[in-house]
Amino acid sequence: MSVTDTDATERVEPEPDAAEDPSLSPVVDHSAVSLHSPVPRVVAHHAPAPETIDHAERAPRGVKLAKISKTGDRVFRSLATTSGLAIVLLVLFVGIFLLALALPSLQANHDNFLTSRNWTVAGNELRFGIAGLFWTTVLSSVLAMAIAVPIAVGVALCLTQYLHKRASGPVSFVVDLLAAVPSIIFGLWGLTVLGPFLAPAAEWLISKIGWIPLFSRNVDPKGSVFVASVVLAIMILPIVTAISRDVFAQTPRDQMEAALALGATRWEVIRTAVLPYGRSGVISASMLGLGRALGETIAVMIILTTPAAGRPFSPSIFAGGETFASKIANNAAEFDSPSKTGAYIAAGLVLFVVTFVVNAMARVIADRGVKS
Amino acid sequence: MTTTTTDAQLSFRRPSGVRTVKNGLATVYVSIATLLAVIPLVWVLYTVITKGLQLILSSNWWLQSQRGITPRRDGGGAYHAIVGTVEMALICAAIAVPLGIMGAILLIEYAKGTKVARAVSFMVDILSGIPSIVAALFIYALFITIFGFGRSAIAVSCALVLLMLPVVLRSTEEMLKLVPQELREASYALGVPKWKTILRIVIPTAFGGIMTGVMLGLARVMGETAPLLILVSYAVGINFSPTSDTMGALPTMINAGRDQPPQMPGYERVWAAALTLIIIVMLLNLLARGIARASKLKEK
Repeated sequence: MSVTDTDATERVEPEPDAAEDPSLSPVVDHSAVSLHSPVPRVVAHHAPAPETIDHAERAPRGVKLAKISKTGDRVFRSLATTSGLAIVLLVLFVGIFLLALALPSLQANHDNFLTSRNWTVAGNELRFGIAGLFWTTVLSSVLAMAIAVPIAVGVALCLTQYLHKRASGPVSFVVDLLAAVPSIIFGLWGLTVLGPFLAPAAEWLISKIGWIPLFSRNVDPKGSVFVASVVLAIMILPIVTAISRDVFAQTPRDQMEAALALGATRWEVIRTAVLPYGRSGVISASMLGLGRALGETIAVMIILTTPAAGRPFSPSIFAGGETFASKIANNAAEFDSPSKTGAYIAAGLVLFVVTFVVNAMARVIADRGVKS
Repeated sequence: MTTTTTDAQLSFRRPSGVRTVKNGLATVYVSIATLLAVIPLVWVLYTVITKGLQLILSSNWWLQSQRGITPRRDGGGAYHAIVGTVEMALICAAIAVPLGIMGAILLIEYAKGTKVARAVSFMVDILSGIPSIVAALFIYALFITIFGFGRSAIAVSCALVLLMLPVVLRSTEEMLKLVPQELREASYALGVPKWKTILRIVIPTAFGGIMTGVMLGLARVMGETAPLLILVSYAVGINFSPTSDTMGALPTMINAGRDQPPQMPGYERVWAAALTLIIIVMLLNLLARGIARASKLKEK
């Protein structure tokens, strides 16, 4: 029984109900009723059109609405906006101030900043470059990523596809707690406990494939890039595991069940449904881990042996070295002249740019993964 | 017509040998990976506890400083370092928590889906990826080179703000997202202005999650060493003043003593300081988890 305009009598049907409550009955309908000739008795007798209009006009006057003050809202909103602005400015300032303080030293630099391996910042003639720092930083971080990512993916698969929920809870708790251990403790432990433990493995590798420059024997294998990378791998393991786990857990259930229905084994389900779905998430997580490893300071500083001045450069993972972060932290006490400080700030600026690029890539990959 | 033939041929076979082997290998691989992931935590904790437990059991450790104690002598405690660590973290939280919460309110309540929100969110992403040493260098450049102040504990706190802010902001943001829209609408319907709705309805509902973020942020900044190295000198005595240029802290206490030979009494104090730091950080983490579990809002 729809209220369409086909017939006048049908249209009046619902009217009496509405008329019982004058405030509910819209004025327009009443005039419509009076236009169509057979006016129902009920409506005519207890709610003539003009009176209802009066009612409708009077109704809002009865309700007292207090004036809402907008001041509080305005203040609060501007507070929130200011905070947002402060955050944006903060990040911009990091780049601007580092650049501003690094520029004078970069201009006074007699060596090529990008290709030189010297670091002479005392005295009047500045000669410094980041080639050595860059190599050690990237080598240790990439090696750490190469160790951590396969393990993290294995753990994430185990947590989401193999273990029962009751068992996976405690395991992810333990892996998450690993992220809570302060990096200085990892450094201390890496140098005194893990380093000696890994020494036989390093010795074996050197004896087998030492002819490759990357694995060549070196003077100080104790605080080597190799040990630092293993410790870095442990430090980035929790973040890569956590993100991969979250992505794998979101694999569409129907795809996995379709694979199972076709007779796939558990590994085949993972290979055909879980891994393709989680690929961009895992790559993004690895990049985030890489960013973490690039910027890690104190653990690397404690573990890596600083090569004696004048020793020839070695690309080996069994050599010592200095990363951007460890170089700056090692010499923190020497920031006495602006030109000297500027050189270290220039190194910090490069580190900032590199981590920025890596993190931005992680974000882009993650966003693209969400869209597809 | 085809049904008869398929019926005749239909047989459920076990996966072929190669497939079974592959499946088994995968199972072995993920088990080994999980085992490898659990080992480091246990190993680190075992090392730190066995080397440091004895010292922290004495009351002196919690009540005395290292003033007048050389590496060759026994005695003294970590009181000065604990005070410094806690004080710098609290000053940092006093700045980072309001800023982070207001930033999250901007992202979720006021500017959701706008260009402003995207810009702020992007900057927070960058901030969460900034290495602590870069944050420290920035504060050094700003406070010491440009403004001409000396090194101070406050400078450390400011550098730590850069590291704590993204943690607080992101966790607050996640929680505000979980607050049901109906709660806000019910409040608006009663004529409550938006700011009061946020302060009295939204924030209290999300309070547990916000506290979790604050605890995790505190745990992160307490373990940071790089800003301490660059922005303040390590003091062996007790010092409460945040503006002075020396202050003790647990990470720098570890760093200052780590070069000693293992037979020195000072070496044991390094591990005891490490254990103290781990205990504080782990307690904060467990507290954060406890709050998250008890909180009213749950992830769907």
